[in-house]
Amino acid sequence: MTLKIIASQCTSCSACEPECPNVAISEKNGTFVIDPKKCTECIGHFDEPQCAAVCPVDNTCVIDNSFPRYQPPA
Amino acid sequence: MDASVQHEQATIPDGDKLSSVMQTIAEHKGCGTSGGSGKASCGSGAGENDLPPEIWEKVKNHPCYSEEAHHHYARMHVAVAPACNIQCNYCNRKYDCANESRPGVVSEKLSPEQAAKKVLAVASTIPQMTVLGIAGPGDPLANPEKTFKTFELIARTAPDIKLCLSTNGLALPDHVDTIAGFNVDHVTITINMVDPEIGAKIYPWVFWKHKRYTGVEAAKLLTDRQLQGLEMLTERGILCKVNSVMIPGVNDKHLVEVNKAVKSRGAFLHNIMPLISSPEHGTVFGLTGQRGPTAQELKALQDECEGEMNMMRHCRQCRADAVGLLGEDRSAEFTTDKIMAMEVNYDIDSRKAYQEAVESERVAKVVARQEELASLAGQSSDIKLLVAVATKGSGLINEHFGHAKEFQVYELSTAGAKFVGHRRVDLYCQGGYGDEDSLETVIRAINDCHAVFVAKIGGCPKSDLQAAGIEPVDQFAHEFIEKSAIAWFKSYLDKVNSGEIQHVVRGDAEIRQGALTSAA
Repeated sequence: MTLKIIASQCTSCSACEPECPNVAISEKNGTFVIDPKKCTECIGHFDEPQCAAVCPVDNTCVIDNSFPRYQPPA
Repeated sequence: MDASVQHEQATIPDGDKLSSVMQTIAEHKGCGTSGGSGKASCGSGAGENDLPPEIWEKVKNHPCYSEEAHHHYARMHVAVAPACNIQCNYCNRKYDCANESRPGVVSEKLSPEQAAKKVLAVASTIPQMTVLGIAGPGDPLANPEKTFKTFELIARTAPDIKLCLSTNGLALPDHVDTIAGFNVDHVTITINMVDPEIGAKIYPWVFWKHKRYTGVEAAKLLTDRQLQGLEMLTERGILCKVNSVMIPGVNDKHLVEVNKAVKSRGAFLHNIMPLISSPEHGTVFGLTGQRGPTAQELKALQDECEGEMNMMRHCRQCRADAVGLLGEDRSAEFTTDKIMAMEVNYDIDSRKAYQEAVESERVAKVVARQEELASLAGQSSDIKLLVAVATKGSGLINEHFGHAKEFQVYELSTAGAKFVGHRRVDLYCQGGYGDEDSLETVIRAINDCHAVFVAKIGGCPKSDLQAAGIEPVDQFAHEFIEKSAIAWFKSYLDKVNSGEIQHVVRGDAEIRQGALTSAA
């Protein structure tokens, strides 16, 4: 699984972009998006997903259930 | 016209000469600005005699710090810092109505390069623009690369512009040396509490070192970092102003403690602002029905905190992308599209000429006040009262009652005329106020005043004001505010002493919710 940003709630404040340890976040069409191929849910880096922790709007950076859970390398 | 000729003209202390310099500059630039007639507000008690000379030298051209300066100098904010590292219950990051105007709100974000171009464009068009601030809409120090890149570009191209920033303080200790390195000599820190129990009611969370902290723990972290940052800045000789939001029932009484804490750490000015809270803002406080203070509650707290430390009373709680004199907003003239199309010729000499002319105007105002003050000598009375003034700026009573979007409030006593605040009366986006008679709105806003000074007033509002117990005064049209107010107060005292009138104490007044808009 990966996180995704609910575009309709994103204020485009950019706070998440520099916090992402995987450089998975970028601006697209006025809001920010997470590249599911790069997102690791911050596992191995931090205790909590950084984008969700810094986002000013609750429930905007959320788990995207359409992807399988991220498996950290053994 | 040659800049040196303007320079000579500018040294003559005459209002007509000032307009002539402005006109010359306007023609020179091929722009239509009318310059010095912007709507100004009024200031902290801070004047030349109240501050140490080295501090006065630094603040005298800064509209956000000096009572004298804000009549004459303009500032601009550039919105290069969208990200924030804390959440406040009085802030909602999602909201940007075109007519809305609050701290934390902007209409468009800028890159550092766009911001630098904008600063040059504005400074070339508005010669009284002396200050560039970065105030968000998030926190400048949560966006350190963008903030410092902007400072670097401006310091290179417009070295006469003062740089300042406004921060919540969480990241401040990490950046103090960089701030000092860019010669940023003014920093504002918003400090709403020094007690984490109270802080927990204001801040739901802070984000620090890759972790979101909540509750008392978050507030403890924030207050520790704020006070540490304040100490580090004042140790380095950087001027610090502290902003506090007055939230009745939450931190109103506590702000006296905050005042002591920041004073002891070297802050030179404290700005206590009323909470802006309305359900349509979508803030936590707006939605929970937390009210803002009344005019008298705010004034009482400001008076209580006013001791050795100057209190700022002219803050207009402007937008993070405001442009112009305090109280006016010309940001619509300088949108990204417009500035990118502008051909900018930054002329440091004509800016200097204008600013020297402004200095002469200021001196004339101060002399007029002192002369009238001398005539009060020997009078003694316990009477203290408030009067409202309709002004477009330059320290003059020069606005028509019906055109005033706000009134400046002065407290009169035998000690003189002291600026104590301003009251908004313009109508916009105000839930529950929309259909109301605007005169009633004005009366509610200045209900604690004994008189209102105007350049002109119609017969109808005149009698309504009198019925409400507020004396309309138009005999001092286009004269200096303080001089006129003292003259009026003297005759008021004479009438009370002779028994012609009886002095009565006025009631409270309302603070309108919402900061000043750019709507003309």
